[in-house]
Amino acid sequence: MDIVVSDLVKKFGDNLVLDRFSATMERNGITCIMGPSGCGKTTLLNIMMGLLHPDSGSVEGVPHLKSAVFQEDRLCEAFNAVSNVALVCGKKADKTQIKAHLESIGIDDFAKPVGEFSGGMKRRVAIVRAIMARSDIIFLDEPFKGLDENTRDETIGYIKDHIGGRTVIMVTHNADEVKALGGRLIEM
Amino acid sequence: MQGRNRHHDGKSGGEFKSRHIVGSRPNRYWIERAAAILFALVLWQAGAMLLNRKLLLVTPVAVAQRLVSLCAEAGFFKTIAFSFARIMFGYFLALIIGCVLAIIAGRFHIAEVTLWPFIHAIKSVPVASFIILCLIWLSSRNLSIFISFLMVLPIIYTNMLQGIKSTDAGLLEMAKLFRVGLLKKMKYIYLPQIKPYLLSACTISIGMSWKAGIAAEVIGIPDGSIGERLYEAKVYLSSADLFAWTVVIIFVSILFEKIFLFLLKRFYMRLEKS
Repeated sequence: MDIVVSDLVKKFGDNLVLDRFSATMERNGITCIMGPSGCGKTTLLNIMMGLLHPDSGSVEGVPHLKSAVFQEDRLCEAFNAVSNVALVCGKKADKTQIKAHLESIGIDDFAKPVGEFSGGMKRRVAIVRAIMARSDIIFLDEPFKGLDENTRDETIGYIKDHIGGRTVIMVTHNADEVKALGGRLIEM
Repeated sequence: MQGRNRHHDGKSGGEFKSRHIVGSRPNRYWIERAAAILFALVLWQAGAMLLNRKLLLVTPVAVAQRLVSLCAEAGFFKTIAFSFARIMFGYFLALIIGCVLAIIAGRFHIAEVTLWPFIHAIKSVPVASFIILCLIWLSSRNLSIFISFLMVLPIIYTNMLQGIKSTDAGLLEMAKLFRVGLLKKMKYIYLPQIKPYLLSACTISIGMSWKAGIAAEVIGIPDGSIGERLYEAKVYLSSADLFAWTVVIIFVSILFEKIFLFLLKRFYMRLEKS
């Protein structure tokens, strides 16, 4: 069953962010949502993640097990990268495997708290966290923000290698990222 | 959130910052403070010599001599242990109950509203009123437990509640989405977020518990307490005793504060490295 978004309306005060937005997104495939800043992409994603309630309309078919890269990194800054990923991996978190994932996208400092990392490093930790969490759907909200071109390409390769048949919904305003990740495009 | 944390670290780290700035001359911090203490002692000695009335103001040299002779007395350490055990029992009781109440109030708004008049009453009522009232209810031996408990509880509760309320909503949303369990949420989100509030509450309240606990002992005069010794100093007009016991109280209070805060910070270091 596909994910069906029907007639979503969301207002913040007098600001109408989503006006009867509808779309269908393929289950177990990649969907990229593109549009200019302020068009309601993050709001749509937050509604789909169940973190925001729409004023009207519905979202159906979103799997229960979700993971995400939020617009902000939302990491536990006092803890190291491994702990941040292990936090969402359940009781059987395999630290060796976590380290291997982090190393594969250039994070090899496992002692430092992530609060001392650069913006790009934090972003990659957030991406590994979303990929390694047990989930059926991965939401990516501008996941490559703050990454240089080479790191971005490496990270896109990492994501593609580890999607494992899960549904991916990515929000971006960068056409190159859509092209590199592939999948279906919805413009807002 | 990060900005708030930095603000709080800055608050507790004001001392750190000033030490860090003079990092090229690491001893300067301690030399400055030692010089300030020496200046205060010289001023005190000069004042006492000018006044030349032992009853009104004893010299620091006389206080030091009395302190040395007190240390040699049989019941000296027993007296300290009596007051220390009771005041610290009250302190830890307030720390535990204050934290539990703050967690409940942070979770349930109705609990916060219900507790509000009690916490404000405890904060506003003068400590002497509580001591006299509690003397009717309790034996004077245990009065300092209850009084130090009462004085510390609102500080711990208010700070912890503020810390819990200022927990980063984004991190809580992340935890909800990733289905993070309560224990992990406590370890990774709540404990680090309340750290500056907890450290600040503990720093303020340790000194407060000693002040209130000793005041309770001076009024209740339980046998074998520091309060009793202070009361005797008043009765026998012995300024040297009064000052010597005051120095003991300050020393024990500061020593405990340093040890406790050191252990608390070590706990956090281990938590963050685990």
